[in-house]
Amino acid sequence: MADFTLKTGTDGVAVITWDCPGKSMNVMSFEGLAELDACIDEVLSDDSIKGAVITSGKDSFAGGMDLNILASLRDAIEGDPAKGVFEGVMRMHGILRKIERAGMDAKSHKGGKPIVAALPGTAMGIGYELPLACHRIFAAETKAKIGLPEIMVGLFPGAGGTTRLVRKLGAMAAAPYLLEGKTLAPAKAKAAGLVDEVVAPGELLAKAKDWVLNASDADLLKPWDAKGYKMPGGAPYTPAGFPTFMGAAVMVHGKTKGVYPAARALLSAVYEGALVSFDEALKIEARWFTKIVLDPTSGAMIRSLFLNKGALEKGAVRPEGVEDQRVRKVGVLGAGMMGAGIALVSAMAGIEVVLIDARQEAADKGKAYAESYMDKGISRGKATAQKKEATLALITATTDYAALEGCDLVIEAVFEDPGVKAEVTAKAEVVLGEDAIFATNTSTLPISDLAKASARPGQFIGIHFFSPVEKMNLVEIIRGRETGDRAVAKALDYVRQIRKTPIVVNDARFFYANRCILPYINEGIRMVGEGVAPWMVEHSAELLGFPVGPLQLTDEVSIDLGVKIAKATKAAMGEAYPDADVDDVVFWLADQGRMGRKAGAGFYAYDDKGKRQGIWPGLVEKFPLAEDQPELVQVQHRLMMAQVLEAVRALEEGVLTDIREGDVGAILGWGFAPWSGGPFSWLDMIGAGKAVEICDRLEAAHGPRFAAPKLLREMAEAGERFYTRFDPARAA
Amino acid sequence: MTDAYIYDALRTPRGKGKPDGTLHQVPAVRLSALVLNELARRNQLEGHAVEDVIWGNVTQVGEQGACLARAAVLYSDLDERIPGVSINRFCASGLEAVNMAANQIRGGAGEAFIAGGVESMSRVPMGSDGGAIAADPFLAMKSYFVPQGISADIIATTFGFSREDADALAVESQRRAKVATEEGRFKSQIPVTDINGLPILEHDEMIRETSAETLAALNPSFKQMGEVMPGFDQVALMKYPELERVEHIHHAGNSSGIADGAAAVLVGSKAFGERHGLKPRARVVATSRVGTDPTIMLTGPVPATERVLAAAGMQFSDIDLFEVNEAFASVVLRFLTHFNADTAKVNVNGGAIAMGHPLGATGAIILSTLLDEMERTDRETGLATLCIGSGMGAATIIERV
Repeated sequence: MADFTLKTGTDGVAVITWDCPGKSMNVMSFEGLAELDACIDEVLSDDSIKGAVITSGKDSFAGGMDLNILASLRDAIEGDPAKGVFEGVMRMHGILRKIERAGMDAKSHKGGKPIVAALPGTAMGIGYELPLACHRIFAAETKAKIGLPEIMVGLFPGAGGTTRLVRKLGAMAAAPYLLEGKTLAPAKAKAAGLVDEVVAPGELLAKAKDWVLNASDADLLKPWDAKGYKMPGGAPYTPAGFPTFMGAAVMVHGKTKGVYPAARALLSAVYEGALVSFDEALKIEARWFTKIVLDPTSGAMIRSLFLNKGALEKGAVRPEGVEDQRVRKVGVLGAGMMGAGIALVSAMAGIEVVLIDARQEAADKGKAYAESYMDKGISRGKATAQKKEATLALITATTDYAALEGCDLVIEAVFEDPGVKAEVTAKAEVVLGEDAIFATNTSTLPISDLAKASARPGQFIGIHFFSPVEKMNLVEIIRGRETGDRAVAKALDYVRQIRKTPIVVNDARFFYANRCILPYINEGIRMVGEGVAPWMVEHSAELLGFPVGPLQLTDEVSIDLGVKIAKATKAAMGEAYPDADVDDVVFWLADQGRMGRKAGAGFYAYDDKGKRQGIWPGLVEKFPLAEDQPELVQVQHRLMMAQVLEAVRALEEGVLTDIREGDVGAILGWGFAPWSGGPFSWLDMIGAGKAVEICDRLEAAHGPRFAAPKLLREMAEAGERFYTRFDPARAA
Repeated sequence: MTDAYIYDALRTPRGKGKPDGTLHQVPAVRLSALVLNELARRNQLEGHAVEDVIWGNVTQVGEQGACLARAAVLYSDLDERIPGVSINRFCASGLEAVNMAANQIRGGAGEAFIAGGVESMSRVPMGSDGGAIAADPFLAMKSYFVPQGISADIIATTFGFSREDADALAVESQRRAKVATEEGRFKSQIPVTDINGLPILEHDEMIRETSAETLAALNPSFKQMGEVMPGFDQVALMKYPELERVEHIHHAGNSSGIADGAAAVLVGSKAFGERHGLKPRARVVATSRVGTDPTIMLTGPVPATERVLAAAGMQFSDIDLFEVNEAFASVVLRFLTHFNADTAKVNVNGGAIAMGHPLGATGAIILSTLLDEMERTDRETGLATLCIGSGMGAATIIERV
């Protein structure tokens, strides 16, 4: 069965239907392109065909390019990958350009056949680039998404989307769609100039055909092919365009911190393309696109942020043979910030929720959180009154444990105290059915210890949410020593229901995410104690692509939490506790009453409105700047290795069992340099040999916490990579 | 090696480089021809007397386009057999023209040149020639491009110059320029006249009395573009993560003024002077040009000075007088602190902060100012240096003969 089929009606309008067999949404493959090409040739060569409508057999138009193909492109082409990619992209340009020119005369621009796109729904990536090459874009009035999200996975629109959208809208107006991957629903897309017509879904094909039958030669001619075309907003060397292009470079540079090559390449393609004819601009776009496809960061980003994230969401690590564990009714114990968030996301997924707290006011307050969240959504046009009503109707706020009856999953989010947790576990289990799974949302306490309070430890599991629950997309599922497969499947199915990304790890101190992020934060703070300029620490982290530096992060999560964790860790580790020098800084700040952002005072100073200012001058008075300041790369190696080595140790110790989870979890859980694809992808990028070299140097200068783990040393000697040694596809 | 000598140097007064400036009515080509004619007249240069006219000019578009140097020769009374070449080394173009002339003479490629430059910033605005350095994303990001004002502020931040330091330097520049003007120290200055010989401008028109208090009231010029739109400070801090932030200390009062003006220098060999009966005023001892970090951009005077001293086999202490172009106060402060220089020897008659900076001409202007002062106070050696856009520097050492 073909992806594209052509059928010509009695009116002489050919309908080219895109309908990839066996897929819920169309994606473009090499085969599909060839079929599309053949359809277009038929339209242009058959005199009885007046024009064509390209549409979809599904309720959406297309989701984009098949990224599996793109990811493999680099490795698939032997000899000269650049040549292979470039020529492949140019062939694609040739097909789309053929649609755009539609057989019209090169000089008079007459005699072309109208070809329009009719989008029944979502059209993204090449699913929008193809319509851009058509003469008119009709979209059905739906809530679908239209746009070019390539930048989100380390690419940019490379099938003419960059060149066409800039020529259509101007560089400034096109920027949000190209540089941020912003997508719009059809009505807004029309207002923004992304589509031409928005029509009722039932009239889509008729209106599109009607346009084909009535189009004149002039209707088919693209502005950029007409004589005297001027780019909206101005080309680079015009009075209006110059500041735009100068500003764009500055803003992209400042925002991406130089670690996202796709954004830079995109901007170069836009700039260089704006200075030449349309056909030359396509070649330029193809050259920069080729460079990005071949860049290791795009491969790593596609792998982690698209392919592997998707695989984990679809149950890549779900225990085999366990039947559907979808949750029907969930109990949430503790209506604090975490509990309220868990109740909210569960109800939004249509799951009935029993939200319990010791006091009715607290339980009500937890439910009120959902209400205010939905209100905010309504005021922003992202939710409706009906949705709010339906969501709130699903949440029962109570103090009565009896209400848990019928819950197939309970998640406790009470105070981080083993005693309190044991008490609520016992109270809940009395009411719960035999099959129910009990989960704890602890972030610090070992699951296997907490499971002792359970009468059925095989049904006891950790489901660790990140704060704020409704925003953070990672959920860490922790298998205790006795946790059974059904509990894991339950947790995974639940996470899928609430549309988050799961990783499954084994039980060890701080599990995976917190285990890695704490050494990162500590290393930053330790440097402050050593007299490294605090802003140098922060800038170094930002230049690695971390959203915030370790000091700002500490301010955000609060200094007292840091003190609490440090004290607990120290108590647990005793003599072996390695972070006394970190505590010197953190405890001192706490003594000064500087508890972080919430206190309006921390590592940073804050103004009266709570807006963060510079580093608090008192910090460098207490910890004076050392005479010799380290180089950027030295600071960066410390910050990077502190967390990356922890990830390797987690793998070595079996806490992590799948490097995909290590990479995806790092990016979603604590914002680990997304450009790198995650800690394991980063290590593969620099190579284990180089990593060991860095470790040896750091260990000599800063102590054993940087000692290269045995696994890494082994891999360095064997010249191995994580994604070959731990190939998830092979392991599965 | 043939020595190169400066036989004469002259310049126009500097007019305010805006539409309400007095020289706004004078085309750049006529301003150029004016100094060329006066130089030829004073030195009785007839026929094919010089090898070339090397003309510094930065914004080479519109009326300054299409090789303004040749246009100026044809506009002037010079012999048509004398060609012309426009050169662009940004702010040092006028000095670079002299250096190129001197070095061609030293190398035996011609025995005399007219070198100098012009800029009519009121008529051909700075930046109107575009430029890949700012607009080409690949280059702008690779070089961490920021505008010069941001670079000047980065210098101040890096080396710890305060707003007060910069303002004090500006006040002193104005004071010195006023004294110099009142005492008629600018011997090289010739009036700009109209086609009927009527005077248009006779003195530098931008000098003003000011005080630290007055300057303190001015808003920083580069804060908005640095901190808000488009946010150049972000780029600066990526390049210099060791800085906490960029301190924006420069404003209209402690930066060079936008100006119109022209200057010309007659450079020739000893044989040339003898044949024309001309007495050399100074010998060009050594020249230099350097490339530096393009982001902080304006630190060139220090390495350019070190390089020209090395080329001359001299020490900093061997130099009696300095002209360091006052592009921004921090540029001069950097020079002063790096060499621990005596302020009584640097820019003794004020500089571009007081009198303006007509880009293509300034290098030749400060050389004439230096020579005038060396003669007035009977000093032997002088050094002129300028910072240059995109991270360059140039310098020249001259000595009286």
